[in-house]
Amino acid sequence: MANPVDRVAQATPPTIARRVRGLSDRAIAWIFVAPTIFLLLAINIFPLIWTIKLSFTNFKANRIGREVKDVGLRNYERILTDSDIWLNMQATAHFLFWTICLQVLIGFTLAWLINRKFKGNDLWTTIIVLPMMLSPAVVGNFWKFLYQPQIGLFNYIVTFFTGAKASSFEMLGQVNLAPWSIVIVDTWMWTPFVMLICLAGLRSIPDYIYEAAEIDRASKIRQFFTITIPMVLPFLMLAVLFRGIENFKMFDLVVQLTGGGPGSTTELTSINLKREAFEKWRTGYASAYAIILFVTVFGLASIYVKALNKVKER
Amino acid sequence: MSGFSVTEPTPRSKRIAATLVTLYAVITMIPLLWIFITGFKSPADAIAYPPKVMFEPTLEGYVNLFTTRTRQTQEYLDANPPDTWYEEIVRQYDMTVVGPSKFGERFFNSVIIGFGSTFLSVFLGTLAAYAFSRFRIPFADDLLFFILSTRMMPPVAVAIPIFLMYRQLGLSDTHLGMILLYTGVNISLAVWLLKGFIDEIPREYEEAALIDGYTRFQAFYKVVLPQAATGIASTAIFCLIFAWNEYAFAVLLTSATAQTAPPFIPTIIGVGGLDWPAVAAGATLFLLPVMIFTILLRKHLLRGITFGAVRK
Repeated sequence: MANPVDRVAQATPPTIARRVRGLSDRAIAWIFVAPTIFLLLAINIFPLIWTIKLSFTNFKANRIGREVKDVGLRNYERILTDSDIWLNMQATAHFLFWTICLQVLIGFTLAWLINRKFKGNDLWTTIIVLPMMLSPAVVGNFWKFLYQPQIGLFNYIVTFFTGAKASSFEMLGQVNLAPWSIVIVDTWMWTPFVMLICLAGLRSIPDYIYEAAEIDRASKIRQFFTITIPMVLPFLMLAVLFRGIENFKMFDLVVQLTGGGPGSTTELTSINLKREAFEKWRTGYASAYAIILFVTVFGLASIYVKALNKVKER
Repeated sequence: MSGFSVTEPTPRSKRIAATLVTLYAVITMIPLLWIFITGFKSPADAIAYPPKVMFEPTLEGYVNLFTTRTRQTQEYLDANPPDTWYEEIVRQYDMTVVGPSKFGERFFNSVIIGFGSTFLSVFLGTLAAYAFSRFRIPFADDLLFFILSTRMMPPVAVAIPIFLMYRQLGLSDTHLGMILLYTGVNISLAVWLLKGFIDEIPREYEEAALIDGYTRFQAFYKVVLPQAATGIASTAIFCLIFAWNEYAFAVLLTSATAQTAPPFIPTIIGVGGLDWPAVAAGATLFLLPVMIFTILLRKHLLRGITFGAVRK
């Protein structure tokens, strides 16, 4: 047998071979897991602890020599009482609410249609899925071009269907339209995600349930509300959880599209955090901000997961 | 056809569904097609109103993407006739090519960092996943929640301590630093997905191998790895796509040496006004590989994007 392992085994001196052979399962388990644990500690856990520590100081990363003072809970206090940050939270909430609503609505409808297994549904599903796999920054940047007043394709299409003048509105430049411009792009990009999960949910419903309902002469509409919806709900809730977490920390797409503007109408919390941490270099303050965001998502997600588990149990 | 089934949709409802889904797919493709065709427009055609669907294709966008150019005097241009096809394109604007642009370099950085971190995540991830799947390891049950919670931190927030840490260690703006960072972000997903795949391989296979005198390591290498090959490949593509698309860390932690393409492509605009064809050309080259991978990956897509929570 000339396969690589045998060759390695033959080439290994007997003493080492015996030692390797002697490795217990326990030793192998630790050797296999240790590098991963180490990396997670270095890249995930340690930075988190450091952030917590920094959040109680007035450290500024661009001034290394400066004395670092312990300021206690001052950073947290200032953030929670800052009215501008509440505006950012509101912008984030608006973005979250509408993207999730639209994506659930369109995503579920699409899945429900695709589940009819018409000819060519695989091909179309693959095409629909494409946007969500692409780089949000690169795509967001290009959408800026589509949104240009006068020359942009988006304005042209809207003009074509509504008759409004192409130069009469600016998706990215107007305070009332900019929050919607990011909702549109995010919906375009991420609806397929919700669709895919719903599709998995729909396909998990066994046919015999519908057959039984048919025998009981339940109407199609009734079947939809008493079988389809409840059975897909756990999947749909999972999709909402993932989208919620992702959109709460939304950065790349929006920073490329609007950069938070006009004014601060689309300044989501992540973008605001970037300004504090990497433009104003208020590292301590930004760390406290980061911890507040993390605790918020973590808390909301935990409550949500509990609710999800209850729905699953039913 | 196997007779009448109450659950089979009627032909009419299938037709309606097909029409609506096709319509949505076409609408969803418009922005992507627009990127593709804008890459072949001249700057004047790109900003024409109404937007042009029919135009004379040119490689100007691609030439501008890959080169840096400078304006020259008429005497110089007359004395040096263009000797290459790209020089000829540039001459329309009284310019000459003076060298390559940074795009090639940035693209190459994306390749190195993408493949480097993917290799590392999958290599370490497979080992850890095997251990999690086959041995009893404390806290293994909490792993999924741990993975999810590491993903709850906005990347900008994670970037703050990483920035400070890398400055101390001299890893700022280095390939190694970015590879380690992306591996750290990807590895929890990789372990979790791979554990799912390895769980599906019956233990009996290895046990038979162990009885035949294989060591545990040989059993892992010769029996489990080949069985898990598809799972490993699809996990690898997910890690690659993540690293490839990543923007927040790249823009905050790199500036020159190790900068990847996503933070670079939007800055092409700055050079010589709004050069949309060049941006579109860069975007096309950058997005195309991912599209191809997505098509290859379509069967495993769901599992990857939901961290294995939905398996299908």
